[in-house]
Amino acid sequence: MSGPSLGPKQPYGAMAPDVATFAFTAENLEEAKRILARYPAGRQASAVLPLLHLAQAQHGGWLPKAALDYVADFLGMARIRVYEVATFYDMFNIEPVGRVQVRVCTTTPCWLCGSDAVLRAAREVLGCEPGQSSPDGRFFLREFECLGACANAPVLWIDDHFYEDLTYETARAVLEAVVRGERPKPGPQSGRKGSMPAGGKTTLFEVGE
Amino acid sequence: MLHDRDRIFTNLYGERPWNLEAARRRGDWDGTKDIILKGRDWLVNEMKVSGLRGRGGAGFPTGLKWSFMPKQADGPVYLVVNADESEPGTCKDREIIRNEPHKLIEGCLLAGAAMGCTAGYIYIRGEFVQEAKILQAAIDEAYAAGLLGKNACGSGYDFELYLHRGAGAYICGEETGLLESLEGKKGQPRLKPPFPAAVGLYGRPTTVNNVETIAVAPTIFRRGAAWFAGLGRPNNTGTKIFCISGHVNRPCTVEEEMGIPLKTLLEKHAGGVRGGWDNLLAVIPGGSSVPLIPKEICDTVRMDFDSLREVQSGLGTAGVIVMDRSTDIVKAIARLSRFYMHESCGQCTPCREGTGWLWRMMERMAEGEAELAEIDQLLDVTKEIEGHTICALGDAAAWPVQGLIRHFRGELERRIRDRKLLARQAA
Ligand code: FES
Repeated sequence: MSGPSLGPKQPYGAMAPDVATFAFTAENLEEAKRILARYPAGRQASAVLPLLHLAQAQHGGWLPKAALDYVADFLGMARIRVYEVATFYDMFNIEPVGRVQVRVCTTTPCWLCGSDAVLRAAREVLGCEPGQSSPDGRFFLREFECLGACANAPVLWIDDHFYEDLTYETARAVLEAVVRGERPKPGPQSGRKGSMPAGGKTTLFEVGE
Repeated sequence: MLHDRDRIFTNLYGERPWNLEAARRRGDWDGTKDIILKGRDWLVNEMKVSGLRGRGGAGFPTGLKWSFMPKQADGPVYLVVNADESEPGTCKDREIIRNEPHKLIEGCLLAGAAMGCTAGYIYIRGEFVQEAKILQAAIDEAYAAGLLGKNACGSGYDFELYLHRGAGAYICGEETGLLESLEGKKGQPRLKPPFPAAVGLYGRPTTVNNVETIAVAPTIFRRGAAWFAGLGRPNNTGTKIFCISGHVNRPCTVEEEMGIPLKTLLEKHAGGVRGGWDNLLAVIPGGSSVPLIPKEICDTVRMDFDSLREVQSGLGTAGVIVMDRSTDIVKAIARLSRFYMHESCGQCTPCREGTGWLWRMMERMAEGEAELAEIDQLLDVTKEIEGHTICALGDAAAWPVQGLIRHFRGELERRIRDRKLLARQAA
């Protein structure tokens, strides 16, 4: 397989290490307080998903046990409840993984439109199998279930952005750019606007402003 | 066929900005205060008369659902909007959220007013990171303009609206699984009764509605229930966003009239089936949970709740997955079986164990690695799951396989025979 070590630069750094203690940064602490304010008094457990998102982003893409415990204590929840939640939801990683999350949708609508080729491009460019991190520890590749963008299938989800309407070639181009440390423009790589039919819309000609 | 003047989502493709100023130019937030002042009874009745049926998949009449909420309640009452769009084939709520967020937000306020809610939560799937950013910014805009919060729109009604991000679990699209998740737990559905209208979020009266259901409400109130009811067909009224994926020349989302013939929908808006209509093999018409329909049915069927039920399928979310004759239909359904196995919350044994059985049997069926009698055994497994679980995920796992056996039994048999023949020749 063609390796992932394209150039010596590692703009994202290697995998985040395990840590013995964890605490929100001052900025994230403020955000956590804003999140907590959305829920009634005594119902702060409701904030567990948003806070785990925050913690995972802060720690470079995965949640060490120290972070789970910190969130549990922060919310006054039994730690076991937070472990349950962290293992139930697909977006949380509780083992060390690469910082950049690369997820290929392979559910039927994407599969019909060529997700096998997208997955192949990802394996070749990142040099790892789904469920693994790249050898340099920068990327984590996995298959994902329907991302809710099927009219723009097949879809690749890298960190916070969807790349849509992919072919083997465009998927490779996007991934190679990401490996170089660039942020390619998200959305349909076919050049069409959103989920409008390619080649032009069939409705909404007579709407005013 | 729907005229542009009757389309609700005029910015479906994001051709213009999503912000408040642009939304107002499209007619959003126009006379909202006056609509609120018409009062709860008027709002609920108008919704009943419109004939709107829930757009999240089940098709339950929205006005009736709203009427279940208690008339008097001391303390909090909640509206929860299901924006956990994750039914394979479905991508309509995403377009509403990122291109028409103010229709959704205004809809939340009006639905809240209709049910006497004190607050609303929009539960958006965690994967929609950009969509969540836009929606939060739109909510902030609405607060800043006095459209939400205390004395919303100057109507005297107080309503708070919050956004909540999920974290990747299909089961949270089930309304009580969603409530559990919103309370900070695993998204495992609750036994019903009690129903959320009596005991919902934090044990309080709650109604859970889909994004599209809520987002069409303001236009219905402004243009009148009679206008909406005049579109579509009896018991299947109004407009609907269809999501067309798979083997069509131009996949897209499009708002059309309920009851549009499937063939017209695909040919007019999606550039037709790849290789022409005769190259069509089958369509899953309402998201992955509904049984597929073969070409003979697709030739004439209309896209609405009742028409699709008559052919033993369903409108579901109106996620239309098109498969041409090149499709390995058994593999396509086997992949859905894998989806349901992965997404089963593990609470009920028939679903937790059964979805795995289905997937393993389907994988063998795809290779013809089975005995002919196992086709009936497979059907039997689906029947053991269907109706025997707390929530509808079990049914949703069973139906695609049942649809396959109903319409493509011959294909399953052929694969098994071919494999046996090959094995004999090799021996
Ligand atoms: S199947 Fe890939 S986005 Fe829906």
